[in-house]
Amino acid sequence: MPNAFSGEFAVEATGLKKTYGETQALKGVDIRVRTGTVLGLLGPNGAGKTTAVRILTTLLKPDSGEAVVAGVDVLRDPNRAREVIGLSGQYAAVDEILTGRENLVMFGQLYGLPKSVARQRAVELLAQFGLTDAGDRILKTYSGGMRRRLDLAASLIVAPPVLVLDEPTTGLDPRSRADMWQVIENLVADGTTVLLTTQYLEEADRLAHEIVVIDHGLVIAQGTADELKTQLGGERLDISVSESTDLAEAEASLQRLAARWGVENAEVVVEPHTRRLTVPYPAGSAGLMQAVRDLDSENLHPTDFSLRRPTLDDVFLQLTGHAAEEGTGSYE
Amino acid sequence: MSSTPIAETSADRLSTALDLTPRSKSPFAQLMSDSLVIGWRNLLRVPRQIDWLVGVTIMPLMFLLMFRYIFAGTVQMTLPQGVSAVNYLVVGILVQGIVFSGMNTGYGLAQDAKEGLMDRFRSLPMQHLAVVMGRIVADMAIAIFTTIITVLVAFAVGFRPTAGVGEWLAAIGIMLLTAFVFCWLGAVIGLALKTVEAVSSIGFSAIMPLTFISSAFISTDFLPSWLQGFAANQPFSLSVNATRGLLNGYPDVGNTAWLTVVWWIGTLIVVVPLTYWMFKKRGES
Repeated sequence: MPNAFSGEFAVEATGLKKTYGETQALKGVDIRVRTGTVLGLLGPNGAGKTTAVRILTTLLKPDSGEAVVAGVDVLRDPNRAREVIGLSGQYAAVDEILTGRENLVMFGQLYGLPKSVARQRAVELLAQFGLTDAGDRILKTYSGGMRRRLDLAASLIVAPPVLVLDEPTTGLDPRSRADMWQVIENLVADGTTVLLTTQYLEEADRLAHEIVVIDHGLVIAQGTADELKTQLGGERLDISVSESTDLAEAEASLQRLAARWGVENAEVVVEPHTRRLTVPYPAGSAGLMQAVRDLDSENLHPTDFSLRRPTLDDVFLQLTGHAAEEGTGSYE
Repeated sequence: MSSTPIAETSADRLSTALDLTPRSKSPFAQLMSDSLVIGWRNLLRVPRQIDWLVGVTIMPLMFLLMFRYIFAGTVQMTLPQGVSAVNYLVVGILVQGIVFSGMNTGYGLAQDAKEGLMDRFRSLPMQHLAVVMGRIVADMAIAIFTTIITVLVAFAVGFRPTAGVGEWLAAIGIMLLTAFVFCWLGAVIGLALKTVEAVSSIGFSAIMPLTFISSAFISTDFLPSWLQGFAANQPFSLSVNATRGLLNGYPDVGNTAWLTVVWWIGTLIVVVPLTYWMFKKRGES
């Protein structure tokens, strides 16, 4: 790779602050991404993810703070920074009315490649992203997954050492999402450092070596997916109840049971639409059969029932008091 | 999907043997080449949005035919002996069409912002003013195309200019300069407003009065007295007067032509840096 970077941290941002009018989008955020790894930046809509990404990719100037990407000071030398960062995602699009090839050639030329090299590079990238057959069709005819792949290919034209992916799979079907994850894993295997924002905890769980959770413009937790899950401790018991069961009573029953299992003031999560309730079930408890007997003793007869490790969703709920995928949907 | 499954792509296939080092160029050379790349991209889009092209071509033709067949007789009564109303009106319509096509620049920039392309361009190590200049390159080409069509139709409905080659070249120069200035003004509108819809409606509402409170369609002597001063001296009227005088062989047109050039160059001196500043500013909010 022509742009290889060998320092310890490919992305180092400290004390990023940004205020829009009355709204403090970022209140002092630090983000460090170890070279060659994936950092997942996680948070609900409006948490400040997009603001952080826009600062790191030179699209926005922070009110204060420092940002260095692949050894380049983003704030002092934005044009040089643009050569070492590839940006792909929801707010950095490609031209829908050009063909895949025309897009790649255009962006290649704008990166300063001679036209012949830009053309060869387009051929190469189309092949690598499984788009050779679609290369001469305009993007409007592409599926969502193909379009995202082309978008990603466009950000890889000069093989930048750092890739910033802003919600790379939002709106994709499960198969396209899995394809996209595979591509990202290939890039990381190839030595690229990735900063990824996502609302999907599963995505962070699968791809990210480290996760930074931000909410209301502040980092509220940081660590590997396993570390974050361990913070919660124990397993989770999910039950679904029938229409005839009163949810409030079921919740009260679970709270009593949790107390019996040694969890004081347990937080029982109730999802009214799905009629599902979740309660912490501490490690070292007597297992599934005991849980069933205990439920029976409370006269709770679930229609469905499972014991599982906590997911990042549970972590998120615990940390922020709201689920990851809900939110106002407002542009940050 | 006709593509191969992406899961088959292995890490080693993502490598490249190409030299991906950018050519180093002076900022000015880079601005020019980036503008051409973006201009070409904008032109590639045109035949694929044929309904749009038909729309922008038809508008001046509709004006031409309506004025030629509905108002020419009335306008003739306001003109001195021996001056043809058709020759008089056609030039007004040509310059008006050029001014309207400048709004395509605003429309195009707002469209790029809406589609997220603006942010992609901003994230590239390119000369960012090329996004505006490339738009203008394409819009000038489109304006030339629609103006040529309008002139051809005008010939068919009785436009008979008397200009020789020199006058034609001077008139074309003034029309090109006018188009260029209004593309920049369109860029200002496109960068100032948030939506494509606002750009088209506000652009239209701003330009419509400018072209009607002018000498484009009727001598300004026939306007309400409180409008006459503005109408006779505003730069759009000067553009029309200069082009009209050159094409139709009216006497003493030289001063008007020079005054027009001075006005438009003065406008550019203000508007070009303003556009640059707005483009930068817009990215930072």
